[in-house]
Amino acid sequence: MWYYALRRVLLAVPIALGVTMICYGLVYLAPGDPIQALLPPDASQEDVVVMKKLYGFDKPVPVQYALWLSRAATGDLGRSLQTGRPVFGEVTSALSNTIVIAACAVVIAFTLAFVLGTIAAYHLGRPTDRAVTAAAVVGVSIPNYWLGIVLVIIFAVNLGVLPATGMGSKGSTSFDLFDWEQAKYAILPVITMTMVPLGIIMRTTRSAVAEVLSQDFIEMLRAKGLGPLSVLRHAVRNAAPQVLSVMGLQFGYLVGGSILVETIFTWPGTGFLMSKAIMTRDLPLLQGTILILALTFVFINLVVDLAQTAVDPRIKRS
Amino acid sequence: MVFKARARRSASIMGVFAALALSAAAPAPVRAESVLRIAMTAGDIPDWRGQPDQGFEGNRFVGYTLYDPMVQWDLSSRDKEVTIRPGLATKWYVDPEDSKRWIFELRRGVKFHDGCDWNADSAVWNLDRLISDKNPAFTPYNFGRARGRTNNIEKIEKIDDYKIAVYTKIVESLFYYNMPYLFMLSKCAVEKAGNDLNVYAKSPAGTGPYKFSSVVPRQRLELVKNPDYWDKARIPKHDRLVLIPMPEVTTRVAALLSGQVDWIEAPSPDTLPALKAAGMTIVTNVYPHTWPYLLNTVRGPFKDMRVRQAANYAVNRKEMVELLGGIAVPSYGMFIPAQKFYGKPFEYPFDPKKATALLKEAGCFPCEINIGISSSGSGQMQPLPMNELVKEQLEAAGFKVKFDVLDWNSLLDVYFKGQEKFPYDGINFSSGASDPLNFVKNQMSQYKGPVGTNWGSYTNAEVDELGAKVLASFDPAEQEAMITKIHEIIVREGRNLFIVSDLNPRAMSPRVKGFVQAQSWFQDLTPVTISDK
Repeated sequence: MWYYALRRVLLAVPIALGVTMICYGLVYLAPGDPIQALLPPDASQEDVVVMKKLYGFDKPVPVQYALWLSRAATGDLGRSLQTGRPVFGEVTSALSNTIVIAACAVVIAFTLAFVLGTIAAYHLGRPTDRAVTAAAVVGVSIPNYWLGIVLVIIFAVNLGVLPATGMGSKGSTSFDLFDWEQAKYAILPVITMTMVPLGIIMRTTRSAVAEVLSQDFIEMLRAKGLGPLSVLRHAVRNAAPQVLSVMGLQFGYLVGGSILVETIFTWPGTGFLMSKAIMTRDLPLLQGTILILALTFVFINLVVDLAQTAVDPRIKRS
Repeated sequence: MVFKARARRSASIMGVFAALALSAAAPAPVRAESVLRIAMTAGDIPDWRGQPDQGFEGNRFVGYTLYDPMVQWDLSSRDKEVTIRPGLATKWYVDPEDSKRWIFELRRGVKFHDGCDWNADSAVWNLDRLISDKNPAFTPYNFGRARGRTNNIEKIEKIDDYKIAVYTKIVESLFYYNMPYLFMLSKCAVEKAGNDLNVYAKSPAGTGPYKFSSVVPRQRLELVKNPDYWDKARIPKHDRLVLIPMPEVTTRVAALLSGQVDWIEAPSPDTLPALKAAGMTIVTNVYPHTWPYLLNTVRGPFKDMRVRQAANYAVNRKEMVELLGGIAVPSYGMFIPAQKFYGKPFEYPFDPKKATALLKEAGCFPCEINIGISSSGSGQMQPLPMNELVKEQLEAAGFKVKFDVLDWNSLLDVYFKGQEKFPYDGINFSSGASDPLNFVKNQMSQYKGPVGTNWGSYTNAEVDELGAKVLASFDPAEQEAMITKIHEIIVREGRNLFIVSDLNPRAMSPRVKGFVQAQSWFQDLTPVTISDK
């Protein structure tokens, strides 16, 4: 197990390298320039040249990348071109803000989806199944930015019971999940974020559990006289690895932040940060955010793989 | 609902008793802090370490609140054109012996928020840190953001404690129009921070009408009233100003309607009916913000003046105003009629037949054009639906329009580098001829891209000659006549496709009183009061 974990950690290094390399290349292939956002529209080309030199953008791209990488290897992700603040602090602060809503959305989505998906599989083809499947399709199909706007109109504008935007009455520094006055700022973003994983995991759970329930050993269990709940327990345990891997992916996506959801609710998370970095071509910020998110994603998948190994002895044997 | 009404009634009765009890017991009522909360369109808090970023919105909300420039805009009226007035300098003039030496006499008795004095030393230091990388407080971002306004400064010299001289590289009679964009920081505060502006950001000090209170990076900046502000007429009439970046327009509208903010910038036309129905105040005014197509005059169909004029005849500006729900007015030039340099330009009527005739005369029918547009961006209004309408109108007259939709940063790249390296016959690039200096340079061939910002390399010998005279003349009446003439010439020649001017909409709660919307990108927030109801 430990050897497996170590191997996965080491594999994260080439993944991170590849991600940063592709990102660097894409930013340079895209039209626009990191320097443009730092100069007024009436600045001359001469000024652009001076600025490029000041920021080191006058060097060839591979050299820039190598310099950035050598600094990143020592933990220095540089400073944001726009704000001058250290990238590491910017990303970790945004990541912690995203984790607040992502974790809440994950707990709600995973619990509901697992329970409802299992119920649907057990009642396959019956009205309960059809209702759950319909709910899952709705969850997957509704664009979450649209849902976010509708929720804001209903609960913030019309009913006035929840805030429309922001993370706490004084910003994220005052946010406290255990204080209702602050926690209520997270409700609408969490509901909005919950919908997509809820639908996907519900469908996965339903099909995985249904598939196990159709296997011969289930008939065997029934023939041995096991009750419905005991049979279901066996089916769920067998379906768990498949569901877990989907859950891991979904959690990774949520932690990566949703640009649309975070923009609609002005939630200062990774999605919001990344969209700003892309729009302003803030290269150090963009690179740092992507690197940390890629590593987080790898870490989450590692945890999920280890959890799968724990619940499914077949994986351990292989 | 019944429960709510009962609860409200009980609360009111209890409130009356509580108020009576308090009035009997308390010696004097304590006034609650009045707070003005503004949702900006920016995606982040404008940089508060000197020269703000986030375009002119940064100057509006952070530049002119925390800091002062030496020369200010007079934003006190909604009816007259915005002009300049003394700020931290009380007087400025060119040295009669040397046209490249400008004297600025500085205001006495002004203190920065940290208690340090404003004087010639701080003025020289402030300008020097924007141009010289040898200054310990030099930063590339402040250099970059100020560069469009400092690139003609050769050196700065202290004459006495309250007088400085600024030397320019070339004679530029309108040089002082650069000054409203340069913000003055406390030298003491920066030095106390070890010349590290990231440390300085924790306790910045300017001389402006507001002082720094707190910041949550990327989320909110809070400023408080500066009760000792040197201009007593502009001491803020509210106690606290909270600035919140909120780039998504529906979010801004929801935040205003739900009472989370008191004021939002740039509501979109489709949200205005809902805002009005909810009792919100919509404030608009003309200002120098036009939405044109800058045309490539050296290559492609627009090289021919007749094609440029045809485009101007083909556009139905009134229809565009309707599309925008009335928050724009037709535009016929780079200036707006309220500006003194507008003159009497030819106002192209909507005449598609004439447009077609001109295209045929020019031998370009159908006339294929490739235009670079953006999907959003600073001052770009509602670029996608607006451009679709322009395309429809141009094609009805005989053009065949192809759009390249770019993101804002990419379009800026096209603008910076000039037309040469790009396949565009024109770009949709909003502009603001707030000051005559930039306007004149943008029409002169010597400032064509990539050296300057004459996009499309417009060249006209008469305009070049007039421009050179404007920059060399120190007679305001003569300057005005020449700038007006330049404007009339470029309109007649269809230098751009002039379409509409924005009316600068903002929406605010009925609690917000006293705001006077000046004809400017910048606004004075100090007269605003917040009532309880």
